[in-house]
Amino acid sequence: MKSRPAKLALEDGTVYTGTAFGADGTHSAEVVFNTSMAGYQEILTDPSYAGQIVTMTYPQIGNYGVNAEDVESDRPYVEGLIVRELSSRVSNFRAEQSLEDYLKATGVVGLEGIDTRALTKKLREQGVMNGVLSTEILDDAQLARMARQTPGLLGRDLVREVSGKTSSRWTKGFESKFAMASRGEPTGLKVVAIDCGMKRNILRNLVEAGFEVTVVAADTGPNQIRKLKPDGLFVSNGPGDPEPVSYTIETLRELIATGLPIFGICLGMQLLGLALGGKTYKLKFGHRGANHPVLNVGTGRVEITSQNHGFAVDIESLNREEVEITHLNLNDNTLEGIAHRNRPIYAVQYHPEASPGPHDASYLFDCFAGMIRTGRAPSAHQMAEAQRALQQSQTIR
Amino acid sequence: MPKRTDINKIMIIGSGPIIIGQGCEFDYSGTQACKALGQEGYKVILVNSNPATIMTDPEFAHRTYIEPITPQAVAKIIERERPDALLPTLGGQTGLNTAVAVAENGILKKFNVEMIGATVKAIRKAEDREEFAQAMGNIKLDLPRGLILRALVRPRPKGLDAKALDRWETARSKAIADVLSESLDQVVAEIGLPCIIRPSFTLGGTGGGIAYNIDELREIAARGLQYSMISEILVEESLIGWKEYELEVMRDHNDNVVIVCSIENFDPMGVHTGDSITVAPAQTLTDKEYQRLRDASIAIIREIGVATGGSNIQFAVNPRDGKMVVIEMNPRVSRSSALASKATGFPIAKIAAKLAVGYTLDEIPNDITRQTPACFEPTIDYTVVKIPRWTFEKFPDADETLTTQMKSVGEAMSIGRTFKQALQKGIRSMEVQRFGIGLDANDKWLAAKRHRPARGDQGIEWPIEREKLLRKLSVPSQGRIYYVRYALKDGMSVDEVHKQTGIDPWFLQNIKDLADFEQSLLDHEDLAKVPGNLLAQAKRFGYSDRQLANVYETSEKDVRQRRAELGIEAAYKLVDTCAAEFEAYTPYYYSAYEVPAIHVNNGKTTTVIDDEIRITDKKKIVILGGGPNRVGQGIEFDYCCVHAAFAVQELGFEAVMINSNPETVSTDYDTSDLLFFEPLTLEDVLSICKKFGSKLHGLIVQFGGQTPLNLAHGLAAAGVPIIGTSVEAIDLAEDRYRFQQILMELGLRQPANGTANNTEQALQIARQIGYPVLLRPSYVLGGRAMQIVSDDKALEYYMVHAVQASPEHPVLIDQFLDAAIEVDVDAVSDGRRTVICGIMEHIEEAGIHSGDSTCVLPPHSLPEKLLDEIRRQSVCLAQRLGVCGLMNVQYAVKDGQVFVLEVNPRASRTIPFVSKATGMPWAKIAAKVMAGKTLDELQVQELPNPKHIAVKQSIFPFQKFPGVDVIFGPEMHSTGEVMGIDASLPLALAKAQMSANLAPPTRGTVFLSVRNADKPAIVPVARQLVEMGFRVFSTPGTHAFLKQAGVKVKFIRKIAEGRPNIIDLIINNEVHLVINTPTRKGPLTDEGKIRATTVMHNVPLIATVTAARSVVQAIRALRAGDWSVRPLQDYFSAGKTA
Repeated sequence: MKSRPAKLALEDGTVYTGTAFGADGTHSAEVVFNTSMAGYQEILTDPSYAGQIVTMTYPQIGNYGVNAEDVESDRPYVEGLIVRELSSRVSNFRAEQSLEDYLKATGVVGLEGIDTRALTKKLREQGVMNGVLSTEILDDAQLARMARQTPGLLGRDLVREVSGKTSSRWTKGFESKFAMASRGEPTGLKVVAIDCGMKRNILRNLVEAGFEVTVVAADTGPNQIRKLKPDGLFVSNGPGDPEPVSYTIETLRELIATGLPIFGICLGMQLLGLALGGKTYKLKFGHRGANHPVLNVGTGRVEITSQNHGFAVDIESLNREEVEITHLNLNDNTLEGIAHRNRPIYAVQYHPEASPGPHDASYLFDCFAGMIRTGRAPSAHQMAEAQRALQQSQTIR
Repeated sequence: MPKRTDINKIMIIGSGPIIIGQGCEFDYSGTQACKALGQEGYKVILVNSNPATIMTDPEFAHRTYIEPITPQAVAKIIERERPDALLPTLGGQTGLNTAVAVAENGILKKFNVEMIGATVKAIRKAEDREEFAQAMGNIKLDLPRGLILRALVRPRPKGLDAKALDRWETARSKAIADVLSESLDQVVAEIGLPCIIRPSFTLGGTGGGIAYNIDELREIAARGLQYSMISEILVEESLIGWKEYELEVMRDHNDNVVIVCSIENFDPMGVHTGDSITVAPAQTLTDKEYQRLRDASIAIIREIGVATGGSNIQFAVNPRDGKMVVIEMNPRVSRSSALASKATGFPIAKIAAKLAVGYTLDEIPNDITRQTPACFEPTIDYTVVKIPRWTFEKFPDADETLTTQMKSVGEAMSIGRTFKQALQKGIRSMEVQRFGIGLDANDKWLAAKRHRPARGDQGIEWPIEREKLLRKLSVPSQGRIYYVRYALKDGMSVDEVHKQTGIDPWFLQNIKDLADFEQSLLDHEDLAKVPGNLLAQAKRFGYSDRQLANVYETSEKDVRQRRAELGIEAAYKLVDTCAAEFEAYTPYYYSAYEVPAIHVNNGKTTTVIDDEIRITDKKKIVILGGGPNRVGQGIEFDYCCVHAAFAVQELGFEAVMINSNPETVSTDYDTSDLLFFEPLTLEDVLSICKKFGSKLHGLIVQFGGQTPLNLAHGLAAAGVPIIGTSVEAIDLAEDRYRFQQILMELGLRQPANGTANNTEQALQIARQIGYPVLLRPSYVLGGRAMQIVSDDKALEYYMVHAVQASPEHPVLIDQFLDAAIEVDVDAVSDGRRTVICGIMEHIEEAGIHSGDSTCVLPPHSLPEKLLDEIRRQSVCLAQRLGVCGLMNVQYAVKDGQVFVLEVNPRASRTIPFVSKATGMPWAKIAAKVMAGKTLDELQVQELPNPKHIAVKQSIFPFQKFPGVDVIFGPEMHSTGEVMGIDASLPLALAKAQMSANLAPPTRGTVFLSVRNADKPAIVPVARQLVEMGFRVFSTPGTHAFLKQAGVKVKFIRKIAEGRPNIIDLIINNEVHLVINTPTRKGPLTDEGKIRATTVMHNVPLIATVTAARSVVQAIRALRAGDWSVRPLQDYFSAGKTA
């Protein structure tokens, strides 16, 4: 096979030249890096990456191919994928397709062979940058110009682009033999999940935690949600800047007032933070990886977590009389989890559903039912109990 | 939670001598632990019998006991020191077992010592097969299915009654037939076929095998039951060909658990992980599959109950369906932990020590990033390859097949941006004259293309005979990876190679990618015409200049120059634990070749290569390490390199370490100012030196053993300032002719000698000198292919079979000084003044490699006048050669005359021992001298003879090579050493023997059989043994001689004369000491069999008369009464530093 060139230009004028793989095209987006050593398929299909070109810091990608079980949504959402070396062979008994064929089929542009560490360092030092990835335009100066003209994520509502449009029931738990083992009995409780770009493993975890789950679009109004008579509300992860997602923030504000128990993850926590009167801000280069240590402030124990966010809730902006800090990132002391002191609300900035990443925090799904029953956000003690119960019941498949 | 304040003194048990399976990784872990605990303000009580370790340097512990690592010695130390706690998990299996022993025999309880890190209960749960199986059952994890079959038969009869043995063997045959007829159907039903049969308690796994059908099962099971000492076999599910993974896990007492690193084995199940090429991180698992291993690891460390610290957990995964089984768990720091630490930058041993005293992971900062805590999971953005280093050439009779019994003595690790780059770097780190995978001078394929044999081959070997190729693929052995490439070159598909080897197709494909890429290099004939981007691609793929030079039939220098012209040069990347997510402060580097980026600014473009090397203005001294451990080059040289780093730092230089051995202290990121984890080849070293430019003050080649010395010429030629003894002086000592001139000039004696280019010349010279003569090829390491021959016939055999002599490779012939005393001298010289570091007298007579001998400091039998003469000669030699730094001289003393055998103007293997025995850091002093200090400035004087006696005894790996004869001769075979230190020679000897796990018996039975020449000398030995009440058996010749001399010993017939014989007695543990001086060698001789059996059953074997004399002394001392322990700090209370 003849190799085709591809280039990535950053807004600071740096141009990386490598080999194209996957689809042809030209994509302008924010360039970010992810430090997970495995899990590229989950990353590609995580809708939170909409509007972003992802660099994998681990240099060998594509080794185990692609399979139908490990996707987090219906298709890849990334604007492009950058790897140091693409495997020329797939080696895994579950593989159904090569990464290259998958990207070709789903229209994702890939770039191989550039110094991904140099790119990562640049993003760390200078902050995430906009860039253009192209297999078509190969003029360095032109690409660099285009990169400078690329609009950033700030102020853009990407949720509307990735959220489902209709409501539907979700009934599947862990089906893969290689996921965590199934757990828990049905609780008989109903949960509405607001889909801001939700990962499927969140839904699977909610089902495993015993809930009947109805998924609704991000712009679903509070009355429509109340019509579904949920026992609890879940707000999902999603791409980009939370501030422009004003419709969901508004919905949350109204539903918070009704006392409906709410659990949020990632963008979901940012939206809850905004609904509770807090502020969000853009991190210099975000958190994207599967090794972030998070301290559960209440239990004093550390969870190794999966993370993917470029924005965060400003700790200082929260009314600490209402909102309690439950989790902190040990790397940079940013906010990772909150609970409301008076209302049944809790949320985390990281991804307890993992996928990719460690399962340390999956107990948080099991705390949801307890909150619905007691009407109070889970206490440290309840979290520790849920964690212990999960450890004891969990069988590794 | 902060550290504990209720404990103050903590005892750490080291792992003792370097043996196969327990290398210098435990010096690395122990040193880290000692440092960490010391920094936290605890008093560390250390015991380790290995003097060549950094951890036993007196400044690393409060109390340093170089004493035997036995429950008895440890109990004495505990009684003396009264530690509050014992940390058992840092000294390998030896440390762990000894800790468990002192817990179980009540010593810990008696002296109120708490076991920290892991409790005895947890250790037992992990180590005991049945308890571990039960624990895994509790958490519903699978182990390989297995069934134990036992033939019901009473124990073997003792003694020499032939009829009793016959009766017993008949009964056993029947019992075996019974158990097989009862159980085979059950085995097939529960375990399935193929299955693995492992006899319990056999030597080195002999008698086992794989059965593919019921007939084979019956046959192998019967054989296994026969071989087993307890007539028991384990029949186990076959996991051959399954993928093998290891996870390094850490837990703190707050139950936080992190995975430091995952490792995937290149060689699938069936090859010991220590003998496998391994790769970090795991390559062929999806996140879901990896998380399953992670969950399982966390569940296991919790269930086993390792309270704090690191554990290593091994899994097998079926590549067809992902089924996972647990293989084993090590509840301690291991060889893999060392690898994981070096591979990620996460210092497992240091953190384990801190966790043991109460810290939690989130309280300990990550040294590398400083801002973030150690409570996280390292993520890496490179690929790490570890390749084992075997030394089969030293043991030609050993079975080279790689099995579940580890055989390698060392390993090299390499870091590359990709597996391809790391693999090629790893291969050239081995120092086996291979410079990557293929295209070097050894490449049969490329040589054949050019119609000539590859280096080392007799003729063109291409295509490789099918049968050979298939065997090389399917039977794992050390060169398999080259045959993988040959198979691919020969047109075999990746799938077919996978079928033959079981190696994962992902690894194979990477090799295939390289094999395919070779063609694009070969499309060009002339280096000057190779496009720059192709050359750059080759460097990204890890090809060395040596390979490229071979491809274009030019020199390495030309390739280097061409690259410089094209701007294709290595950039250095940081090992930072976090894939560049945070800034790294520790300068721990590896080389990479990356595609440069372009920076466009106002229409102007510049090229940007991201080189992370940070070079300060401070002057730097580069220290070249020793590379992978092997027989002849081990931890002793790493010890010297570490001291060199400390020394140059003390003088205000920055220390730069280059090494490729992950087991070492030298490759800890806090040993030097800059650490380069790189192969020790000319190319790799030069490209680092080039970065330093004028900031490079000098480079030290004389501390890392032969590896860096081999680079000295090339480095000097390329203009690198080599400090210390000049390259010319090194040559002078190695050039026989010129060295002879010098000796003549100085009026020093050497054994008569000559050089032969062919057999005729050799015969002539040998007759002239007079037999016996010592033969060896010129320029060899560690005495390879050295032999002593005593007649024409043996000499002819050697010339024809052992070497191919030629004018380029002549054979050296030396007069062999029979029954001479050998003496080793280490000295340091600044060019003006020379100071003797120590004089060691060997116990064994000259002719046994000095690395294998037992030696005594100070000399125990030589008169002071003779020692003065030796001092004088040493000083003369140092001055004349112009030594700047260390020098080692070997002498033979015969009839009061001193002969110079060999001079090595470099750090010797004995330097650490001499330093420990004299209490002076000689390597450090020498490094300072090389950096420009004079001995006067350092105020270094020769020390008076110490009042104590130190004995160095070597440790041999024969136990790992079943059936191989135990030979002591001019070729070195030992892997490590121990030191015994006490006020008297007999006790020092006894301690050394106890440390070698060969404690001399104080009563019991001795087998004594010596060659004719030794018979007169052995009489007093035999007499003393009999007087002390030993039962002494001898074979006819020795028996008759002793009887005549009036010593009453028992008669035992020769092996050939029927059973039961001496071998039966050894197997029955009825013999406690074997004294056998060899007449004939080899595994097929009776005595060879006796020696091999002796070593296998861990019975002390004495192979020379002089050693027999000393063991009798040791026995006497042990019988005379109790012995005591004493720390180094008490021997050298003055506290000297350089």
